[in-house]
This record gives sequence, C-alpha cells and structure tokens, in this order.
Amino acid sequence: MEFDSIAAFWSMEGHGPYVWTCYAVFTVCLVGLMVWSMRQRRSVINSQRRRAGRSSARQAPAAASFTPVQPSRD
Amino acid sequence: MWQIFHKLGSPKWFYGIASKLMPWLLWLGAGLLLAGLVWGLAFAPKDYLQGNSYRILYIHVPSAFLAQSVYLMMASAAVVTLVWRIKLADLFVRSVAPVGAIFTFLALFTGAVWGKPTWGTWWIWDARLTSMLILLFLYFGVIALSSAISDEKSAARSTAVLVLVGVVNIPIIKYSVEWWNTLHQPATFKLTEKPSMSPDMWVPLLLAVLGLYLIFGWLACLRMQTEILTRESRTRWVQELVRSGEG
Amino acid sequence: MTAEATVTITIRSEDSAVGVLPAMWAVLMRDLRGAFRQRQDLLNPLLFFVMVVSLFPLGVSPEPAFLREAGAGILWVAALLSVLLSLDHLFRHDYDDGTLEQLVLQPQPLFLLLLAKTLAHWVVTGLPLVLLTPVLGVMMQLDGNSILVLCLTLLIGTPVLSFIGSIGAALTLGLRSAGVLLSLLIIPLYIPVLIFGTGTVSAATDGAAVSAYMALMGAFLVLALTLAPFASAAALRISLSNS
Repeated sequence: MEFDSIAAFWSMEGHGPYVWTCYAVFTVCLVGLMVWSMRQRRSVINSQRRRAGRSSARQAPAAASFTPVQPSRD
Repeated sequence: MWQIFHKLGSPKWFYGIASKLMPWLLWLGAGLLLAGLVWGLAFAPKDYLQGNSYRILYIHVPSAFLAQSVYLMMASAAVVTLVWRIKLADLFVRSVAPVGAIFTFLALFTGAVWGKPTWGTWWIWDARLTSMLILLFLYFGVIALSSAISDEKSAARSTAVLVLVGVVNIPIIKYSVEWWNTLHQPATFKLTEKPSMSPDMWVPLLLAVLGLYLIFGWLACLRMQTEILTRESRTRWVQELVRSGEG
Repeated sequence: MTAEATVTITIRSEDSAVGVLPAMWAVLMRDLRGAFRQRQDLLNPLLFFVMVVSLFPLGVSPEPAFLREAGAGILWVAALLSVLLSLDHLFRHDYDDGTLEQLVLQPQPLFLLLLAKTLAHWVVTGLPLVLLTPVLGVMMQLDGNSILVLCLTLLIGTPVLSFIGSIGAALTLGLRSAGVLLSLLIIPLYIPVLIFGTGTVSAATDGAAVSAYMALMGAFLVLALTLAPFASAAALRISLSNS
C-alpha cells in the first residue's frame, strides 16, 4: 500500500479533489452508460411483448368466429 | 466459404453469439478494470514529478485509447457497409458512436482536470486535448447525421461516407493541431505525456486498458442487440424471443 | 479503303455522347450564369463576410495592436463561415427543380460534373471574398506583406473549403435542419485548413519564408480537388435515392 493511512489515501497530498473527481465522473459515466443500455434493451423487449400481447388478444375472438356454426333445426 | 459471411451478417446469429459472449466480456472486463484501477490508485508508487495527480492516467489513457479505437472500428464498419451492404455493420456504427463520444468526453474531462494541478489551469489548448475535442465534434456529427435521415438504408450509407471522410481527416487534423501547438506554445512539458514508467506503474495501466476494451465489447454487444430487436421486430425469431421473456 | 475510313469515323462521332470536358464546361457555365442572374447568392456571403469581420473590433477592441495580431485569424474565420453559409445553394436550387437528378443520370462521370459545379460555387463565393480581403485587411491594420500572403492563402484555401463543404452539402441534402447539421459535420474538417492558412500568415508577419507553407496548402488543394468529388458523388447518390 502506497499510502500510510486512509486519510492520506483520500487527500493524496493535496491532489485528492482532482483525482477523486476524475474517478467519480468516470465511474458515473461508465456505470450510467451500462445501466442505461441494459434498460434500453429491457424496454424494447417489454414494449414489443406488450404489443404482441395486445394483437394476439385481438386475434382470439376472430379465430373463434371461424368455427362453423351449426344452424339449429328448431 | 461465403456462407460464413452470410452467417456473420445475420442479425439472428449475432444475437445468439452476443448473448453467449456478454457475461464473459462483462465479468472479465470489470475484473481487469477494477484490478487495474485499485492497483493504480493505492499501490502504484507516486510519480516524482507530478506526485499523486498522475493517477488520473489510469482512467485518462484507457478512455483516450478507446475513444480513438472506436472511431477506427466505426471506419472499418463503414467500409463494410458501403462495399458489402451488411446491415450489422451499420448497426455497429449506430450502437457504438454514443459510446465513443462518451469515452472522448471522459478523456477530455480527465485530461483537463489533470491539467489543473500540473499546469495550474482548467483547460489548455495543447495538441492532445485539442485533437480530442475535434474528435468529439466528429462523433457528434456522426450521431447527428444518422438520426437526421429517416430512411434506414440511406442513413446507413450516408453515415458510412461521413465516418470515412472523418477517418481520412484524423491524421491531417492531428498533424495540423500539433503543428499549430508548436507555433503557439513553447511546449515545456507535454501535459499528458506518460511519465517514464516502471512496471509497477504500467502494468495496472495495461490491466485498465484491457478491462475497458472488454467492457466496451460488452456494451457494443448489448447495444447492438437492442438495435437488432428494434429493427427486426417483425421477424418470427424476435417475436418468439420477446414472448419467452428473454433476459 | 477511303470509304471504310469515312464509315468508321462517322460511327464513332455518332455514338459518342457529349464529351466529358464539354459537359463539365456546360455545368460550369450554367451554374455561373445562374448565379449571376440571381445576384443574392453572390452578394449575401460577401455582406456576411464584411459584417462578421466588423463585429470583432466592435465586440473586442479596435486597438491597432490587437487587430494586427488577430486580423488574419478573424478574416480567415469570417471567410470560413461565409463559405459554410453559402454551401446551401450549391445543390439546393438544382435539387428543388429536379435538375440534380438529371445531372446524376448523365453518362459523364458524376464526380467530374461535381468538380465543375463546385468550381463554379467557388468562383461565385470564394473568389469575391479573396478580392475583398485587401480592403478588409487594411481595416484590420495589417501590413502590405501580410495582406498579400493572406490573400494567397485564401485564394488557395477557399476552394478547399468549397470542396470539403460540397461533401457535407451532399450528405445533408433535403434534410430538415440541413443548415446547422452541415456546419456540425464540416467544421471539424475545416480546422486543418484554418490552422495552416492562418499559420502561413503568422509566419509571413514574422518575416519567415512562406513557400513551404504555400506548398502545403497547395497539397491540401490538390487533395481536395481529387478526392472530394468522389465523396460528394457517392453522398449525392445516397441522398437522392432517399428522397
């Protein structure tokens, strides 16, 4: 370990704010990008599933109407 | 033999391969990156000239490397788009342009913040930072053009032309900015010049660069999958995939 | 035997369409004539140039020392912006009335026709800027030698700007926010030309010999002249197939 204490690690002999700002921005941007990309894919899948669900629900009664109806003799 | 290329160009095939690759890319990449950063932050010796601020190097250099590599990858994809009209190549450019732009921004930001303790100012018009700034502009242009054209095929090809025009210009821009810099600033000490490094300084850097490349690979696969799902939503394999609630 | 020779010659002259050079000349003259009839396209970039240059003494400082130092750069940037603004009318008029599609369908190579077209654009926009530069140079307190070198760099540089710009104009043809998008695409590509143009003038002001810089700018010009029309032709075909 290069530093003597956590406090020294944090302050980095005065360069702390610069180093930690950079690492923070880097982490936020990278993790943010990764999370955002995952959510995008998830939302595309979900919206397509919803659309498919709706259109199949609409189709069901139509399929039923294809069954031939027996005319009653009464 | 040509069947290989047809397979390579098939979105469905790519989707499958990507799904298999992604966990490896993510975990290996994150592991390497984290290892490199922790080593560089806490265990690498401090630089005798710059002190501890040089540790920014461990995120600046990977970001800068990737910013430039991604553009070169986009240029290769652009050639594939124009010559062979393979859709996957265009999907790659669209997926990856924002990622490249973000890496360029990170390289710029970290380079600028690094400048404050080293040179005393937040921004300096040195050759490296200025070239990065122009690269960012090039990325913005690609993103803007690809979203401005509504027709898929035209957008793909116009964007490809723009990327290629940009890539031809990158060496010209680099050379002219370096020349401009020597005119206007007696470069006493290049801002982002790597300090002469011992192995316990550059090994973590290598780890960080490799880790970020792998994470980029993961991001590219993920984002291309999203594009494929959007573009190929009418095909049966996508509909089945969506219905089965794939993760 | 004489009869055979005559027949051969007749066939050749019958099936050849208009030659390439006459076609290029026709395109050039048509664009020039059109521009001179529609005087606005000619005047607007010039007026813009003068006005932008005038903004700097007003906005920053009219001190001769400042103007002498910044003058060449200001004139170059203003010229660059004027060319950028004028690129819209490179293709728009012909696109609107369908002539552009006809041009693409011609048997002559499109890149050569575009070469002629872009040259015409430069004659109408860049060349007047160069002719106006001595006047503005005097207003910016530049000395005679600097003005001369500045005019030379603009003379070589503005065609490069027109040619690089033609690629952007072809890529953004028919798009909604074409003007802003065009600037966004083209300005990064203009930066090397700007750097070398102004750098040459700086060198001249410092008293150094400029022949090497001029040769470099000439290289830019040759590169732009030869490569840009290919890119523009490809981009134009793509844009037209879209609309």
